[in-house]
Amino acid sequence: TVMAAPVTNDQSWFFALALGVSFLKCLLINAYHSTDFEVHRNWLALTHSLPAAQWYYEATSEWTLDYPPLFAWFEYGLSHIARFFDKEMLVVQNLNYASPATILFQRLSVIVADVVFFYAVKECCKCLREDKGKDLLGKPSFILTVLLLWNFGLLIVDHIHFQYNGFLFGVLLLSIARHFQNRHFEGALLFSILLNLKHIYLYIAPAYGIYLLRCFCFTQSNADGSLQWRSFSVVRLVTLGTIVLSTFSVSFGPFIGQLPQVLSRLFPFKRGLCHAYWAPNIWALYNIADKNHLIVCSYYERVKFKLLDINKLPKASMTGGLVQEFQHSVLPSVSPLATLICTVLSILPALFRIWHRPNGARGFLRCLVICALGSFMFGWHVHEKAILMAILPLSLLAVESREDARIFLILSITGHYSLFPLLFTTQELPIKIFLMLLFTIFSLTSLKTLFRKGGALLNPLEATYLLGLIPLELICEFVYPLTVWQKTFPFLPLMLTSVYCALGVTYAFIRLYISLLTCSDSTKKIKTQ
Amino acid sequence: MENWSLISLCVLLGLTARWAVSFHSYSGAGKPPMFGDYEAQRHWQEVTYNLPVHEWYFNTTNNDLNYWGLDYPPLTAYHSLVCAYIAKLLNPEWVELYASRGYESHSHKLFMRATVLFTDILIYIPAVLLYCFYFCDGSSKQKVATAFCILLYPGLILIDYGHFQYNSVSLGLALWGILGLGLGWDLFGSLAFTLALNYKQMELYHSLPFFCYLLGKCIKQGLTGRGFFHLVKISMTVLVTFALCWMPFLSDPKQPLQVLHRLFPVGRGLFEDKVANTWCSLNVLIKIKTLLSRETQLFLSFALTLLFVLPSSLKLLSKPTLWQFKLALVNTSLAFFLFSFQVHEKSILLVALLVFFVFRSMLPLLLKDGLLLPYVVTSLAFLFLSLYLLSALERSTEEELRLGLYRKLTQRWLPKLNLSRIIKWKVMLSLCILQFWFSLAAMAALSFTSVWLKPPAKLPDLFPVLVSVLSFLHFLGFIIYFNQVQLMEPQRKKSQKKTN
Repeated sequence: TVMAAPVTNDQSWFFALALGVSFLKCLLINAYHSTDFEVHRNWLALTHSLPAAQWYYEATSEWTLDYPPLFAWFEYGLSHIARFFDKEMLVVQNLNYASPATILFQRLSVIVADVVFFYAVKECCKCLREDKGKDLLGKPSFILTVLLLWNFGLLIVDHIHFQYNGFLFGVLLLSIARHFQNRHFEGALLFSILLNLKHIYLYIAPAYGIYLLRCFCFTQSNADGSLQWRSFSVVRLVTLGTIVLSTFSVSFGPFIGQLPQVLSRLFPFKRGLCHAYWAPNIWALYNIADKNHLIVCSYYERVKFKLLDINKLPKASMTGGLVQEFQHSVLPSVSPLATLICTVLSILPALFRIWHRPNGARGFLRCLVICALGSFMFGWHVHEKAILMAILPLSLLAVESREDARIFLILSITGHYSLFPLLFTTQELPIKIFLMLLFTIFSLTSLKTLFRKGGALLNPLEATYLLGLIPLELICEFVYPLTVWQKTFPFLPLMLTSVYCALGVTYAFIRLYISLLTCSDSTKKIKTQ
Repeated sequence: MENWSLISLCVLLGLTARWAVSFHSYSGAGKPPMFGDYEAQRHWQEVTYNLPVHEWYFNTTNNDLNYWGLDYPPLTAYHSLVCAYIAKLLNPEWVELYASRGYESHSHKLFMRATVLFTDILIYIPAVLLYCFYFCDGSSKQKVATAFCILLYPGLILIDYGHFQYNSVSLGLALWGILGLGLGWDLFGSLAFTLALNYKQMELYHSLPFFCYLLGKCIKQGLTGRGFFHLVKISMTVLVTFALCWMPFLSDPKQPLQVLHRLFPVGRGLFEDKVANTWCSLNVLIKIKTLLSRETQLFLSFALTLLFVLPSSLKLLSKPTLWQFKLALVNTSLAFFLFSFQVHEKSILLVALLVFFVFRSMLPLLLKDGLLLPYVVTSLAFLFLSLYLLSALERSTEEELRLGLYRKLTQRWLPKLNLSRIIKWKVMLSLCILQFWFSLAAMAALSFTSVWLKPPAKLPDLFPVLVSVLSFLHFLGFIIYFNQVQLMEPQRKKSQKKTN
């Protein structure tokens, strides 16, 4: 009785995984952090030292507050603990202040906030359809836990690059889990809270809207799964509306007088189509096509007029390094409206599909992943980090079906690899490779074991494509810097990375779409059996 | 999941932890004029690169031995030379004579850390994996778990990647030596161990068991026939390896003598910093350093070490089995640590690789380096993970759980005790477990106090001394326990089966 054996119930592996990853996060406290660290420090300072009315007007630092109010309140709460670490970090004028105590506090705040994520993952594990397996390492819930808790992207984006995604994804996953558990009100509440924490989740709001309307406000479906118009429940709709509206009014209420200012901070359209480093999406492919055209055209010009002066052609200033707009030289330039239309068009079929054949919470989750991925593919000024919004929820599906596991592998490996340029310092090079290998080897072997029956998960072409990432990495980070082109075309490796990954992400997107449009029948078969 | 993927996951986790620890500070960072071990290693690169071999160990106009003079065997010097060539390629400033003293930069730190990682991957990690797969009992999962625990052992990671040293080279080579002996490749084993000895003289702690084991084996085969032949082969291997390592120093008899003088600085006194060995702990009560002359100190420590080493060595000589060999390794290294002359707290690593519970006696050293955070994190992680893994794998009855836990905490390779012994040992074991948790609490409390509380003005060294004394008591307990195990225990079935 003296010894409290750490293993008394079967869930202890969960705590081991959670604690283990927390220890790892603690070791990364001294690692490189990006400007996002200063962004959040600035927010701590301004929420702490200014009245709420000035939060969205304050502009001492270039990193102005551009998250919704609830997140500002979150920072406000944190700042009261920050006082005990180092008061200097709470002074707005102390730009780029990063004392050891500040670093410790900010890093710890991310690590501690991840507790929400842990809880959410635990809830998600309870929603798995079947969770059998004599061997712990072959249990779907174990695999899911590792895929989520030890997710490579989350680790490097949150605990090296510095952001609070773990906590935010915790709220998202918890909300998804609540829908799986048929606790829809809670799910809706959590999601509207999430929207008020970070508005990037607006991208997946359509999936929520359609699903709640179709599967919750309409209480019944016909036998073939089609809509039964008479079963509409006004009470449910009103309750949902009240929940969402009250969350928004609590969040935005104090800022009601300055709404235009807040909105202009939240949606800055001055930025360019692509981020400095292109996210691996359609626009990366579009840019590269444009670039190719440019080269071909300039070649023709030269042949035609015997002219070697390329300067006369409109030059596309590509990845100059800073966020900027650039004009395409041959293909038409893309406007924000065009990207919006493309995004909507890309997710509409999925929304129609779940309206007509909802296929329960799993159909909703699939639609949600498609919304996230669609907006990633076609959105305006997309960050490469946004791929996590598709990868994390897809993990839930991946441990349940073979086809999803296959999509997950392709998407997660390419998506995670496309995060590599986030960490460009030599010091972090080994750690990102180790962590990436760790996660990739685990997901490959565990999913392979899970779906042992039925041969290989990936076909030879897919496997070759994924293996191609290894030479790509070697060329981009080891060989290319030694060549003479490093000076003249420093952006070429980045371009290569994003274009190569864009192919994989696009492929995964198409496969996911196919699975949504075809799979519901097969799952129904399983249900009826 | 297949074994290979589990192993690669373990190795990758180990590597991640290693590299993550290396983000932190190193010994003597930004502390002129002497800096720390990091500067020592860099300085050796500078010296070996710029000076001819015969000046390396001598105090000359170009080589100030008082500023981190080379005091490790030739193999370390060669290693420094190789590193220096790479450093020269990357940035000549790093190894410039004189001008590079105290050189510190982010990229240089990266370079130095990378050299440690490289040797670790090359020598230590493969040895650990092979060791676990050939010499640990249990299912393949248990073997993986054992490898995992050893790879994440925080003492070594912290000293090598935090403080900065190349212990993984000498430990790895010694481990290769043990592997060689275990697999029956005596020549390979003695070659590897000789290399280890030539990398770091501290490996002498382990040399006696190697010697006794090999000699005992030869005697068993018959000194007049096959055994003699075997003995000649082994001694030839050792001699030739030594000769090759010392080749550049053999031209002039003054050279090897000077090297030896550098390796064993008898003049430096019985002990230096706060070390958890006998002398330092006794010093709390009696001021030995002032009471006894240097010769007496030397004699006393020699006699005591011999006294504690003798029983286990004799036993090994008469019964050269692998099991006895391993126990003798623990016993002799503990004895050396506790009683020999001029012990550095880092040398406990040699023992700790075997008895890994004891790493907290390094706390004062790590505090000095500003490595508190990784220390806390890795030890917590390690403690937690080993407790978790061990109990997870071995739970069946509570009895077994406790036994397993205790076994792992003390000695990983103690074969399972059979049932009759369990009953006999039950009382003692539960006492041990009680004591284990008690000492754990005491250690935690001490770690806590030495970080957060200011020591009283009269006794500035109070906490380091307390840590030392407490650790010393543990080590003393360990040595008595292991000697008892080695001498009293009749040969066990399992170990017999293994050696056959």
